[in-house]
Amino acid sequence: MDNYQVMIGLEMHCEMSKTNSKVFSSAKNGYSDEANSFIRPVDLAFPGTLPVVNKEAVRLALKASMILNCKQPEYMYFERKNYYYPDLPKGYQITQETKPAPVGIYGYLDYEFKGETKRVRINNIHLEEDSASQDHYPTFSTLDYNRAGVPLLELVTEPDMHSAEEAVAFLEAMRAIYQYADISDADSKKGQIRCDVNVSICDKDKDISNPDNWGTKVEIKNVNSFGGVRDAINYEIDRQIALKESGEYDKMEQQTRRFDEDTMTTIYMRNKANAIDYKYFVEPNIPKFKITGEWLDEIRATIPEMPIERKNKYMNQFGLSEYDASILVKEKDISNFYEETLTLGSDPKKTANWLTSTILGYLNKNELEIKDIYLTPKMLFDLMKLVDDGKISSKQSKEVLTHVLEDKKDPNEVVKSLGMEQIGDDNLIRELAIKAIEEHLELIEEYRKGRNVFDFFVGQIMKATRGQANPSLTAKIIKEEIDKR
Amino acid sequence: MLGSKSIKELHDMLINGEITCQELIDDAIKNSHKLQDECNAFVTILDSVKPTDVNDSLLSGIPYTCKDNYSTKDILSTGSSNTLKDYVPFFTATAIKNLENKGAILTSKTVMDEFGMGGTGTTGHTGIVLNPWDNKRICAGSSAGSACAVAAGVYPYATGSDTGDSIRKPAAYCGIVGYKPTYGMISRYGLFPFASSLDHCGCLTRTVEDAAIVTDAMKGIDENDMTSWDSSDIHLYDNLTDDVKGKKVCYIKEICNLDNYPNASDELKEHLANFHNIINKYKELGVEVTEVSVDHTLLNALASVYVVISCAEATSNMSNLTGIIFGPRAKADNYIDMMKEYRTKGFSPLIKRRFVIGSYVLQAENKDRYFHNAQRVRRLLVDAWKNLFKDYDAVVLPVGSGPAKLIENSKDQLDNNTQILEEHLQIGNFGGFPSITIPDGFVNNLPVGINITGNCYNDQTVLNLAYALESKMNYKGQVAGGVNNG
Repeated sequence: MDNYQVMIGLEMHCEMSKTNSKVFSSAKNGYSDEANSFIRPVDLAFPGTLPVVNKEAVRLALKASMILNCKQPEYMYFERKNYYYPDLPKGYQITQETKPAPVGIYGYLDYEFKGETKRVRINNIHLEEDSASQDHYPTFSTLDYNRAGVPLLELVTEPDMHSAEEAVAFLEAMRAIYQYADISDADSKKGQIRCDVNVSICDKDKDISNPDNWGTKVEIKNVNSFGGVRDAINYEIDRQIALKESGEYDKMEQQTRRFDEDTMTTIYMRNKANAIDYKYFVEPNIPKFKITGEWLDEIRATIPEMPIERKNKYMNQFGLSEYDASILVKEKDISNFYEETLTLGSDPKKTANWLTSTILGYLNKNELEIKDIYLTPKMLFDLMKLVDDGKISSKQSKEVLTHVLEDKKDPNEVVKSLGMEQIGDDNLIRELAIKAIEEHLELIEEYRKGRNVFDFFVGQIMKATRGQANPSLTAKIIKEEIDKR
Repeated sequence: MLGSKSIKELHDMLINGEITCQELIDDAIKNSHKLQDECNAFVTILDSVKPTDVNDSLLSGIPYTCKDNYSTKDILSTGSSNTLKDYVPFFTATAIKNLENKGAILTSKTVMDEFGMGGTGTTGHTGIVLNPWDNKRICAGSSAGSACAVAAGVYPYATGSDTGDSIRKPAAYCGIVGYKPTYGMISRYGLFPFASSLDHCGCLTRTVEDAAIVTDAMKGIDENDMTSWDSSDIHLYDNLTDDVKGKKVCYIKEICNLDNYPNASDELKEHLANFHNIINKYKELGVEVTEVSVDHTLLNALASVYVVISCAEATSNMSNLTGIIFGPRAKADNYIDMMKEYRTKGFSPLIKRRFVIGSYVLQAENKDRYFHNAQRVRRLLVDAWKNLFKDYDAVVLPVGSGPAKLIENSKDQLDNNTQILEEHLQIGNFGGFPSITIPDGFVNNLPVGINITGNCYNDQTVLNLAYALESKMNYKGQVAGGVNNG
């Protein structure tokens, strides 16, 4: 591996889940367990049906184009990509080609990788329609057209990534952007993100800014998870290096492979000579339409704060570590939860700690989204306030959280019902403190000689109150009482 | 035969109580069966149809027939193709819905060339449509059955569709009026596509007035068709006038003059002489008539341009026909073989040839040479016509090289000598121009036609020029003698 440089390019397909209807059809854009329930005649390509462009899908696509620093077209065109496949009811997909002009061309995205800012050049981003989903059984297959016609954004990068981790970091950055800009939930568990990956290697000493030095490009189709992207790239790098080492690399053709999740390998599909000729031509049923400067300005004004901007704010204004800040901004829902909690008046660092350690740990362990759990920003705020006010200990707060999540109860309620409320009563603690000191007067002498005796006295009071005394208050009162003597 | 009357006449009879809607329906169905026996004009004749209320709408209560490439809910819609021989749609084309909303009554569906891909009326899956004027001859196509049914007087009007000349040529061969308005005036939603950038909906009637009435009813912007446009301020029938004084028309020397055709047949000679005679009638109407010239090389290219563009779009448009979701599903072990079997058996050889052409011209290595060049020449031809429209309200030209051909001579092949004459109507599709054919006489006792084409959105002018010329001739409302007046 040390003797080679790796070049990786991505084609990232992301379903736009934030439009009400499909991209060329008035059918609902959504996910349903009931097959073929979100369909209109056009989604099944019944004779005589025609595509009608969803303006909202175009708006969101242009928004993505702007965020990726691409050039937007003067006129919007769509193209037909002609091929037969069981999941493609029309026998062609309505999409966009680099000519005449897709929603975005020649942009870039800066993203963070291991604390460094990296730039990936974007060749183009275009708007197209998704195909039907298929399920295969031993003797038959089923087709569900709910997905057919769902708006899809395809992003094509230049081969600017150099390791599987970099590629995954880029994808995570893109996912965050789609979420932040309200373009898509970008949920790979729902199959909303699918990738094709290009991998090539070249010798370490070659200058990769010169395309002549690039190795043979291998495309891996249909990788459907970020983990899959990482595994497919790593497998492919190893495979290509092995070919180099055994002297067979020069015989390798430019080719398309697919990633097999069961064997974790890539499998040969076709070479360049067998590439499909898609016979593109401009979709005649969609007249070209002008994208006005005013409309672009309107769209630009709707672009919200992006993750990288939030991250900088968290580090510079809230004093969070780089690590915590990047974890918080990775998913929009988490970041929003964080910011909502802050608006209630909580401490940025403490809130960040709660989220990054306890809550995210719980979500990961149980494979849940933050929106799926009972905890709200208000409850987290209340929970932290209970600790700050000395009503419960920080150790108890973890227990309270568990009850909030498991029993679906408000933190204050949990504290009450478990009788957890700390003893914050000055007089009671003082009484107990005086009693303990008097029982162990010898320790006062020790204390004067410099020994730490507070832990002992606090322990005594905790024992007496079965742990319900507020520890900091207790320590304060003990010190006052000792100092009096 | 009640269908031989004009829409206005039938409307007045209904309003005055001289006939009932039910009587009209019974008459239309009965005469459709008669014509079916004689000329094979129909794919479907409905058994029983409910009458509608008769109201102010001129079309209310009057039966009509519809080309079988319009999607009609619960009524077989085959496109005259075996691939859709059992297809019963669950939605209705917008244009048909619009007619329905005006109270029009659909009682049958007409035979056409398979999916509109043919100009003879001989390639439908239910057989050849015979010309009601002479049963040894073709009607031309692709709206063959529609032209036949209107010419025979079974219906006052029929819907048609026109990708090259599919309304306007059969209209000429059957001695009736055929009109396709500006592209997008009538929604194509629910029209089985042939070549989307060239496809137009339109109508076949026996008078220009009826063409205006029917088009008014069919047209309108449609949220399901992005190429449709708002024509709500256009009222073709209300504004129909034969006062065309001061208008200017032109005809093209390279198409109309006999000396372009050294081996001209007697029919062609007669047809062109008649054309010059008729166009001069415009002078009596106060219309200026001018002979103009268009580059012959450009005109020579038009047939190839049409073949390339229409076949390319058709190949893609008909890729939805796999027999999986609709159509008679073929039996095979896997999806690919099912689809192959269905398409191999379902399509006629003529269509398959066009698919091969369409596929060839779109292949990466051929696309620029054929498809993109065809698009360039299409633009040049449209520009040439738009140039003429700067000075003239319409281009007036003869339709075809004479009357309907005999069935045995009707092979869909281009005759190099008269190719431009046969194909020039396609320019109306290249540009989306409003274009109407009206009967202008007889050659060998068979009807011939003249075509008037204007600039986009100038439908009213085109119709008025046709209306005025119609009034100067004796062919308005003529009915073929093919069916006994019962």
